[in-house]
Amino acid sequence: MAGPNSLYGPLDPAPDAGYVDAPPRMGFFTDTSVCIGCKACEVACKEWNGVPDDGFNLLGMSYDNTGGLSANSWRAVAFIEQPMPREAAVTAAMTQQGTGTEPGAAPAPRPEPQFLGMPTTELPGRREGHDEPTDFRWLMMSNVCKHCTHAACLDVCPTGALLRTEFGTVVVQEDICNGCGYCISACPYGVIDQRKGDGRAWKCTLCYDRIGDGLMPACAQACPTQSIQYGELDELRLRAADRVATLHERGETSARLYGHDPDDGVGGDGAFFLLLDEPEVYGLPPDPVVTTRDLPAMWKRAGLAALAMGAATVVAFLGRS
Amino acid sequence: MSPRRRDDGLMVPPVEFGSYYGRAVVKAPAWHHDIAAYLFTGGLAAGSALLAAGADLTGRPALRRAGRSTALGALLASTYFLVNDLGRPARFHHMLRVAKPSSPMSMGTWILSGFGAGAGVAAAAEAAPLLPQHGVLGLARRALPPLGTVGGLAAAATAPALATYTAVLLADTATPSWHEAYPDLPFVFAGSAMAAAGGAGMLLAPTAEAGPARRLALAGAAVDLAAARRVEHGMGLVSEPYRQGRAGAYLRGARSLTIAGAAGALLGGRSRVLSALSGLALMGASVLTRFGVFEAGIESAKDPRYTVVPQRERLGQRDGRTALEP
Repeated sequence: MAGPNSLYGPLDPAPDAGYVDAPPRMGFFTDTSVCIGCKACEVACKEWNGVPDDGFNLLGMSYDNTGGLSANSWRAVAFIEQPMPREAAVTAAMTQQGTGTEPGAAPAPRPEPQFLGMPTTELPGRREGHDEPTDFRWLMMSNVCKHCTHAACLDVCPTGALLRTEFGTVVVQEDICNGCGYCISACPYGVIDQRKGDGRAWKCTLCYDRIGDGLMPACAQACPTQSIQYGELDELRLRAADRVATLHERGETSARLYGHDPDDGVGGDGAFFLLLDEPEVYGLPPDPVVTTRDLPAMWKRAGLAALAMGAATVVAFLGRS
Repeated sequence: MSPRRRDDGLMVPPVEFGSYYGRAVVKAPAWHHDIAAYLFTGGLAAGSALLAAGADLTGRPALRRAGRSTALGALLASTYFLVNDLGRPARFHHMLRVAKPSSPMSMGTWILSGFGAGAGVAAAAEAAPLLPQHGVLGLARRALPPLGTVGGLAAAATAPALATYTAVLLADTATPSWHEAYPDLPFVFAGSAMAAAGGAGMLLAPTAEAGPARRLALAGAAVDLAAARRVEHGMGLVSEPYRQGRAGAYLRGARSLTIAGAAGALLGGRSRVLSALSGLALMGASVLTRFGVFEAGIESAKDPRYTVVPQRERLGQRDGRTALEP
């Protein structure tokens, strides 16, 4: 079933994987502009999928004590506190400690503590004296497996444990996976991960066991603000474009889509996002490319090296001594 | 720290790169040092099988024996390392469920299986002289040597693939310093395999028969040094992990040992002791090269800047604007 775009380029993955009369491709649109950081998605995911705990750690990363996606966190809410929005949005995400990766760089200035106000039962902005925007913003994003059109994890899996479903999603078969770990280093988003003590690789299944029965994935079902929207990918993309236009109209010019474009490096994500800052601020790669795009070139170079090795051996035996 | 600037609505990102609390974007490979060790043993097995086949065809029995036994030993070690590194070792045979061209590990499994069958037969043939002259075993005694030649040639035919596919295995990942090295890594690994196998031949075979081993080692050392230099210096930012920390130390050690071993192969060919020492140096160099490359990749995955900065630059070039200020 391999076509010219099987490794790279726009593609409808389920038919390419061999499904005849595949249902429409399903996915997530995660609109971070309405995420309130409640983590209901994380909890619902764990509950439904029986995902073990990921440790009870205080990470010092705002309200994020999950620390990103892992074998035991298939939804993970990122929290970014930006004390100087607009002008220096990026610096807040640079962390208050500095990343430790740029020796010459001064750490970002530590902001003064700000009182965010007590929680109330009123809608924001309804009370007197709270209409002025503060010079602080709090970004939240529920991260998840992207279910890429060109899924490197799936491409490199040597056992066939990873498979493309009829919905165009990517799922690990836990009875097949032998824990070789190849998918983990292949994923350009750092999503799939090996579970310690278990040895196998685990990630979001887009609730394969629910969507086949017409149910919503657990996280989308639990999301109280419709930040996580589930549906047919084509429709979600239209909805997302509308949403960005609306936000731009309202002056939120930082709104942009991420992973929606079928012409991007992974052929578009099955789970894409509306972000309010650069992707790397949320821990996402700014321009991911599926590693297998270069696989034909890699085999060519390896073939050349192999030929050189064979030739060198022949030459080595030409001498008399 | 330069603040973000606005020019007519176009944002120019600052020199700094953004990250989420300095956390890695991609996951560091879950592989352990088993895989680094396998990179060495796989290369050694491949190079030794080539040497053994050549020695078989050119009438060098001692070099043939050395090559075949080294190939078998390295093959068994490789199998152990590969199975041991699995999260579920008891499921190693799941690798044989499919043959998947898009997965270098699947291809490698089949290459190694094919190689193993040939190398196993070739090594078994070395036991022929131990069998009795008569009876059924006597028949085997007479049948084994030609079978060994066939097996040895089959192993030699797959050996170059075995030595180089591992470079594709590492490069076909999102690990920045491995992926970007894909044009040169196969040559590093092929060179390293030839040097190690040549070294093993110099160590185990008498000097009179070890001429091809010395020449293979020299060729391997030259290819390895040249290709490793390109990996360590030619890839801009993602070359950095190859020069720093433990990976840098390993690779510098590998270079010194390679040069020393190559000099020994060139000048000390008549001395049994010098040959053996040079052979050991070359094998040690190969071990260090493999561990150095392995470590460099892991370091590059742990630090988000090796993922984010090149991608930002790529975006900047595509959008026709400067992604990073000088």
